[in-house]
Amino acid sequence: MRTVLSVLGRRLASRWWVIGVPYAWLLFFFLVPFLIVIKISLSGVAIAIPPYVPTIDLAQGWASIRDAISQFSFDNYVWLTEGWASIRDAISQFSFDNYVWLTEDDLYWKSYLSSVIIAGVSTIITLAIGYPLAYGMARAKPEWRPTLVMLVILPFWTSFLIRVYAWIGILKNEGLLNQLLLWLGVINEPLIILNTNWAVYIGIVYSYLPFMVLPLYATLEKLDLSLLEAAEDLGCPPWKAFWKITLPLSLPGVLAGCFLVFIPAVGEFVIPDILGGSDTLMIGKTLWVEFFRNRDWPVSSAVAVILLLILVIPIVLFQNQQQKMQERDK
Amino acid sequence: MDWRIGPVEYPGPNVSPGRNEPLRWLITFSSHFDRGGDLAKKPIGPIRRTFAPWEDPEKRPFIEFRNVTKRFGSFTAVDNLSQTIYEREFFALLGGSGCGKTTLMRMLAGFEQPTEGEIFLDGQNLAGVPPYRRPVNMMFQSYALFPHMSVEANIAFGLKQDGFPKADIADRVKEMLRLVKLEPFGKRKPHQLSGGQRQRVALARSLAKRPKVLLLDEPLAALDKKLREETQFELMDLQMDLGMTFLIVTHDQEEAMTVADRIAVMDAGRIIQVATPSEIYESPNSRYVADFIGDINLIESKVVAKNGETTRLRATELDIEFDVAQTTDADIGDAVAFGIRPEKITVTMDKPDADFSVHAEIWDIGYLGDVSTLHCRTEDGHNLRAGIANVTRLVERPLTWDDKIWMTWRKDAGVILRH
Ligand SMILES: Nc1ncnc2c1ncn2[C@@H]1O[C@H](COP(=O)(O)OP(=O)(O)OP(=O)(O)O)[C@@H](O)[C@H]1O
Ligand SMILES: [Mg+2]
Repeated sequence: MRTVLSVLGRRLASRWWVIGVPYAWLLFFFLVPFLIVIKISLSGVAIAIPPYVPTIDLAQGWASIRDAISQFSFDNYVWLTEGWASIRDAISQFSFDNYVWLTEDDLYWKSYLSSVIIAGVSTIITLAIGYPLAYGMARAKPEWRPTLVMLVILPFWTSFLIRVYAWIGILKNEGLLNQLLLWLGVINEPLIILNTNWAVYIGIVYSYLPFMVLPLYATLEKLDLSLLEAAEDLGCPPWKAFWKITLPLSLPGVLAGCFLVFIPAVGEFVIPDILGGSDTLMIGKTLWVEFFRNRDWPVSSAVAVILLLILVIPIVLFQNQQQKMQERDK
Repeated sequence: MDWRIGPVEYPGPNVSPGRNEPLRWLITFSSHFDRGGDLAKKPIGPIRRTFAPWEDPEKRPFIEFRNVTKRFGSFTAVDNLSQTIYEREFFALLGGSGCGKTTLMRMLAGFEQPTEGEIFLDGQNLAGVPPYRRPVNMMFQSYALFPHMSVEANIAFGLKQDGFPKADIADRVKEMLRLVKLEPFGKRKPHQLSGGQRQRVALARSLAKRPKVLLLDEPLAALDKKLREETQFELMDLQMDLGMTFLIVTHDQEEAMTVADRIAVMDAGRIIQVATPSEIYESPNSRYVADFIGDINLIESKVVAKNGETTRLRATELDIEFDVAQTTDADIGDAVAFGIRPEKITVTMDKPDADFSVHAEIWDIGYLGDVSTLHCRTEDGHNLRAGIANVTRLVERPLTWDDKIWMTWRKDAGVILRH
């Protein structure tokens, strides 16, 4: 009996290690920093180092934490929502003056919206390019596939920053793309791409394509080809079988790829900063400006918290939905 | 060589009827096979139905493989194979693993192109016709059920492609579910079914469109014996009712014998013999077929004399000489094999009053319920198997281990095999 218990104990201990380590990792490197961000977002601005009050002096223990909590203010979040008040205003007045005023003032929600739109459109473009690519890879001869996967991962071997900078050389007025198009006679004068949203789209699609291709490839490669044969055998031509069999069965890959592209793209800072123009509005850039230019840590922390909620809530809802569907299947 | 034998009269109580033929067909015995009015000829085994278009030279084949070869790289999976199959025929392919059965079916379904040769269906050369335009449905060996669709949607898939009206589809799906006894499972997804249930869904899906030709690649392998037998009879009924042509691959000889009009035995991409189940069982044309179908004793022999309808053999390893009621192309002195099925050997405790007999000792008994197989060893160490039918529950003088017994057989009980 004792031996049984000790074996069980060891089992449990080893099981704890397996899940305990990643949980500890998450706790220390995600949850704790996130709590700090939340704390800062609930603080006030101050000309100090760090530039907010109150600060928690751990040396004083609980007293200081209680003290800090009693001083928390939600002003920073109210500040972020002022845009909504003006929307309500605008709706109540229905005058275009308000719209003009909105664009001048309501930086935050405009940044969120614009980020989501840019990220969304980029995700769709990435999917449109990535799906055929992944499909081609999955249907290539088996001996070629590892090479093709390597080619997809290859860009990661150089710094992301350098690759984005390289696009300047391609997209600028006298850059490679314009030279090529001029030489081909497609255009008569250089296209202005750099420092516009076009360049941001190109940059995001380029940078995030591997994150779309790899999960898609993984699902498409697993697809049992005899299913397509069975469909054809039952009178379904190949192009129709794609819509009825291949696509539905690759949906998990499509979703994974879209999440992997959309989520980081929403918060993207480097690409809009380097390739975008002064009118390119993205939340990552706004956050950066708030943090480093205005040194307003509380507001930028609030921006970050809201950004996280914008991303997490739909994903959680979606997963719930998925789970319900799966349970209903059973 | 037009010579037949069969298990019509049993030489003694110790010989069981062919295990592979259900007795109920014995009643359907007809004089159909006694062609030419030769009363001396006996039919081979029981006859399932009077259906033999392959004997009618006027009849046009429905499916024809003409010199078909299929190579994968340097490997030849199907080797210059020619075969005709007739409309409404139930044709079974038997053969060892990897002998090319699935490849042959896939060429007919259109998933593989023959490297050489042509395939005709109803007179039309199938070269260049894509699978979705062929009036052929295949049940895949791996089932290939659509995992994201319910059982019903799987079965309805083919009907939808043909633009059947919705109500008809629903009716047909119901009918198919009833046929494969899966009515309560229509709403489930394939991953929620057992292996045998999945197999039945695959069967239902391939049957739903009632194709002119149905290709069944080991359709019942995952079913238990009872369900398998029931489904076999359902398949046979369906095939009769709907007039479909079935091509079935199976590893189960009993199944092939039960359902098929003709059986083709394949080896290494070639067809070795095509014949009705009873012909293939009672007169195999080669050692390979004899050994592959059922259990058989192969006795190495030499031809010692040929007198008209009978041939006299001398077993080279047993000390006996015996007559066989069969003519042979082999010359006197040639080495041949004499094949005799265990159930056609008569076993007695006392020396029988026969031209010849083999003395042996029982060293193992395989009890199968309906029959027992006696593994016997002769004095000079050769093994012979004999089958006895367990006709009574209690036996007066039971045969048991180490008993000395005598074996003999009638002269029409075995076959001479040259190859
Ligand atoms: N796509 C392929 N490429 C290479 N070789 C193949 C291919 N398909 C089949 N073969 C080979 O052809 C031979 C015949 O295969 P096939 O699937 O027809 O066998 P089978 O008779 O159906 O066997 P089983 O009874 O095990 O299903 C096998 O040796 C197999 O390895
Ligand atoms: Mg096979």
